[in-house]
Amino acid sequence: MNALGSVFLRREAGIAVMIVLFCLAVGMIRPRFLTLDELRIILLLTPLILIGAMGQMLVILSRHVDLSIGSTQGFAAMATAMMFKFHPEIPWYLGFGVAIGVGIGLGFVNGALITLFRLPAIIVTLGTLNLYRGLTFIISDAKQIDRQFVPAALKGMSTTSPIFDIPWIIFMALGTALMTHWFANHSRIGRQVFALGSNPAAAPLRGIRVNAVTLMVFMISGALAGLSGIMYASRWGFVNPSNTGFGFEFQVIAAVVIGGVSINGGVGSVLGVTLGVLLLGCVSAALPLLGIPGAAQNAIYGAVILIALLIDRSVRQRGIAALALRRVAA
Amino acid sequence: MSMSGGAPSDTVSALDAAAPRPRWQVILIRPETMTFVLLVLAIVVSSLLSPYFLDLTYILASFTLYAEFSLVALVLTMVIIAGEIDLSAASNMALSACLCAWTFRAGLPLPLALLVGVGAGILMGALNGLLVIGLQLPSIIVTIGTLTLYRGLAQIIAGDQSIRLPDYFIGINTWLVAGIPVPVLLFVVLSAVLGFLLSETIWGRQIYQIGTSVIAAQHSGIRAKRIKFALLVAMGFASSIAGLITASRLGSVRYDLGLGGELQMVLMAMLGGTYIFGGRGSILGTFLAAWLLAVISTGMTTANLLPATQLCVLGVLLIVSIIATNLIYSRTQR
Repeated sequence: MNALGSVFLRREAGIAVMIVLFCLAVGMIRPRFLTLDELRIILLLTPLILIGAMGQMLVILSRHVDLSIGSTQGFAAMATAMMFKFHPEIPWYLGFGVAIGVGIGLGFVNGALITLFRLPAIIVTLGTLNLYRGLTFIISDAKQIDRQFVPAALKGMSTTSPIFDIPWIIFMALGTALMTHWFANHSRIGRQVFALGSNPAAAPLRGIRVNAVTLMVFMISGALAGLSGIMYASRWGFVNPSNTGFGFEFQVIAAVVIGGVSINGGVGSVLGVTLGVLLLGCVSAALPLLGIPGAAQNAIYGAVILIALLIDRSVRQRGIAALALRRVAA
Repeated sequence: MSMSGGAPSDTVSALDAAAPRPRWQVILIRPETMTFVLLVLAIVVSSLLSPYFLDLTYILASFTLYAEFSLVALVLTMVIIAGEIDLSAASNMALSACLCAWTFRAGLPLPLALLVGVGAGILMGALNGLLVIGLQLPSIIVTIGTLTLYRGLAQIIAGDQSIRLPDYFIGINTWLVAGIPVPVLLFVVLSAVLGFLLSETIWGRQIYQIGTSVIAAQHSGIRAKRIKFALLVAMGFASSIAGLITASRLGSVRYDLGLGGELQMVLMAMLGGTYIFGGRGSILGTFLAAWLLAVISTGMTTANLLPATQLCVLGVLLIVSIIATNLIYSRTQR
């Protein structure tokens, strides 16, 4: 356990070192990158991805993948924003309940299809990715919900701050991360998620109710995607049926895999994913400063996914080699 | 296979074996039959919507819109039968077409620019192959990565503008050979060739064996890695050809060419009865499914359904088709 443990430690330390090196390198070229203002910009880029990544982390830990979270985010954001538009008398904080509830419902559909019919998650969520996006257009009549309909208090979550000028939504994202950490590492179901992902064949033999855990994981992923939906409305002040959440799944998967979650399931930590999100935030913030067009972002996310896969592979092989060595020694 | 050499036992004779399923049942419960029935149904329903659906030239002309994705879906069928998947094909189409148009605008003669596009497609397929086969990474996540990467590179190259192509290159969908539009003819010919390859050659049967059990295949001397790599490269090649056909049909190239096409490609393979876990499926199924999808989509457009509603229908269709295919296969197993 010791040898393996140190590998994981190194993994998270490795991401931290990458962040520091990257920031120093950019700072050498553009000193403005190392100022407090820039830090605020970086932090404001991260909360949506961080929340989405917490759900996706659990899904990937259980050896599935959820491609539908971008559309779930869009649908939940649209449903909430339409509620605000047509029923302005409803208090703004109830929007959180609605968004999360809608997300849970959509996640439940994913999970039910996957567990009931034993379908691969990738195909089901590719289907619901398009289904939920289409539904978003239908309920909204393909019309954007503009700024004046989003409650001021909700938008204020992104602009006002309890302390240090750091807006509320960042604290909410961090709170979500802490809760996910507790759930993954200290709750019974959380540990079962790891067990399921490490060895799906052995999990039922140990009395884990695989279907229930899988369903739960997809509902959590949906709930967090829904939460990120209302935070999108708070952060940007509008909800657009085609833009909100489009391509979100790729950013989130990039953050999760660069954060050290193994795509073979069972390995990963909240700290690693949080650092991964931060690294992506630094890269996004550095692009305009370095004069690289925003169009390059997608290519970078793609490259990050592939690089993370390569790192994951070499770490895994080193872990296997270390285990084999110990077995020889013993 | 080993039965022929076994000594006949006293107690068990061939008469004790369960009677084979009647031939009509075997044919009837194949997924391809389901696809065919659906195709006939779709044509009947659409011809009630609009009499044009009984006009062959109209159907052929509307199929040109779907011929590009269908071409790629044929190769994707073989990739899925071999137990892998490639979601990056639509992005590959965009990047190939963008590279071709970009080098043409930079002054390269068109034939060379086309070669650049095709070469790039093959390289992209080879990169997928290198990561999936060479480095043993799961093809699902790898091709999600390359899906984002290829589309992003196309976005960098082309920016937000569309690059126009010369007039003599435009309009491949209106060129007719014996009354059939060229892309449709290409699709039919490729279906015949790949169908023959997959079902009649040793190489094709080996693909099924790899998908059924890659370990057993390797132990029986099949070069599983080499065949899978070749399939992924072929996927890149087909994608680039499809990308160039799309460019010719549209007349100009933007980075969002074929956006979301991976859904339609996977949907065609699934509707045609390809088993998502590998080892089962046929080119005939995908061939029928491509026509089915074209008729359904054209029918929905004729019925004035919103594009968003069509997106929903396709998403639901994907899930329903894979549930149905899995059910059929679980019934026919053993």
